[in-house]
Amino acid sequence: MACFVGYYVVWSVTPALHTPLMAVTNAISSVIIVGALIAAAAGRMADGGQIPLWLGLIGVVLASINIFGGFAVTARMLAMYKKKERK
Amino acid sequence: MMPFFMLSAGVDAGSAGAAPAWVALAYLIAGICFILALRGLSSPSTSRAGNRFGMAGMLIAVVTTALTHIPTYVVNVADGAGQIAEQSLAIDQSLVMMIAGAIALGAVIGITTARRIAMTDMPQLVAAFHSLVGLAAVLVGVAAYLNPGAFGILDANQEILTISRIELGLGVAIGAITFSGSVIAFLKLNGNMSGAPILLPMRHLINLGVLASIIGLTAWFALIPTIGTGPIFWAIVALSFVIGFLLIIPIGGADMPVVVSMLNSYSGWAAAAMGFTLHNSAMIITGALVGSSGAILSYIMCKAMNRSFISVIAGGFGAEASSSGDGAKTDRPWKRGSSEDAAFLLQQAENVIIIPGYGMAVAQAQHALREMGDMLKENGVNVRYAIHPVAGRMPGHMNVLLAEANVPYDEVFELEDINSEFAQADVAFIIGANDVVNPAAKTDKSSPIYGMPVFDVEKAKTVMFIKRSMGGVGYAGVDNDVFYMDQTMMLLSDAKKMVEEIVKHLD
Repeated sequence: MACFVGYYVVWSVTPALHTPLMAVTNAISSVIIVGALIAAAAGRMADGGQIPLWLGLIGVVLASINIFGGFAVTARMLAMYKKKERK
Repeated sequence: MMPFFMLSAGVDAGSAGAAPAWVALAYLIAGICFILALRGLSSPSTSRAGNRFGMAGMLIAVVTTALTHIPTYVVNVADGAGQIAEQSLAIDQSLVMMIAGAIALGAVIGITTARRIAMTDMPQLVAAFHSLVGLAAVLVGVAAYLNPGAFGILDANQEILTISRIELGLGVAIGAITFSGSVIAFLKLNGNMSGAPILLPMRHLINLGVLASIIGLTAWFALIPTIGTGPIFWAIVALSFVIGFLLIIPIGGADMPVVVSMLNSYSGWAAAAMGFTLHNSAMIITGALVGSSGAILSYIMCKAMNRSFISVIAGGFGAEASSSGDGAKTDRPWKRGSSEDAAFLLQQAENVIIIPGYGMAVAQAQHALREMGDMLKENGVNVRYAIHPVAGRMPGHMNVLLAEANVPYDEVFELEDINSEFAQADVAFIIGANDVVNPAAKTDKSSPIYGMPVFDVEKAKTVMFIKRSMGGVGYAGVDNDVFYMDQTMMLLSDAKKMVEEIVKHLD
């Protein structure tokens, strides 16, 4: 279903905005942070040592670099398109 | 009084099937937010709202997960006789602190990077970000493998479910490929590694072999019982890192837009595969969304170069091309122009079409170029910009650079929209582009770029070609007939310096 929706949505993106599209999809793909959170929480309850907890936490760091970096850089790019509209 | 702690079973992180309805709804809303985020990008005016939708979606997904998965403890306070006197719920505060710390650390690194990065370095940044997603997917997969009980993927015999093992194997494999592939792409784009294709002997055979072993190992991993699968699991991870590396090293500069969008797609599929393992609808929806978006971008890029996806992945474009290019290279007469001549001709022109390419990005010439465009416009010249879909090193690379330099986006045109206008153009001003204006793509069937849609610059009255030297040819390594045409003026210099000099003479 998501593939289908994605298909139609992406075709409507103007080529001029392909770079922001990549930046934003990249930020969105860090939804993997959800997995990392689950891993960290689950690792907390495991009796099999601390490794899964730390793996999860490192995953959270990596994914949040991506989330904040990705959205920030997209916002920066889109702000440049905005400036010109006022002209 | 002796408080003792017990894990409460009701919020077991693994009890995915028992997730309350509001959780499913929240994840669905997050997914819809992401779709709206992409939808917003269909026009520059709605794009910023789209970006905010994306952030909102991410916030919803993270908060929902935190609420449902951070374990709570039932604190039993026993009385003297060992009976339970009172019960209260407490959340695992140290875990909350650790997670908050991890997010804060990521936020600081992410935001500082995003603020500091130069727009010309955008392709590297995107490649680096992709590698992070890939690595995170691998880490989650490994954590799930080491701790299957807590993820609720065990069957009655305390073995990981077969279906979960397939998903785990695929997830870590795609994640690892995304990681190592993106690292190579980053190194190439950043110039830490030569952009030229590195061709190993028998690379197709090696790649196919490694790929087949990954698939074989995943099947094996899925079919045999959990006990003793350790080595197989680690072998899948290791081989996937290797194949990501092998796949990207033979791919050369001009094919980078395809590679970057392909890795974009992979990072989405990695998230989706992990989502299946964790029975998390937000990850599945979003991963599939990103995955198909990246796949479509790769397809658009391939079409713009008239090359099949397979041939790009098989790699080695530049290397094959240069051999045929050498044979065709002869000493032909060409004209060298000065910045003064160029300025004079540009002032006399009525219609000027500017074609930027990767060279403009390298020379950081976009601001000088915009200045030149503005001065020409003041003189009543109609200035337009023409951007080829694969110009630069990532999809839309040139558009972002021109936007950074404040070029109004209604002056920027796509290939199909402007190509018929070259016949009316007085000057085609080519800055740092080459292959995208090579008529050989239309006429010479033996040319490696034959069939690629190109700009019809040869129809313009005058062609100005800014290039660093006559020696180097474009990334495809093909000689360009445009250099030797009567109406072509070669401006040999650094792109930025040349444009600045033209600006001086225009004054």
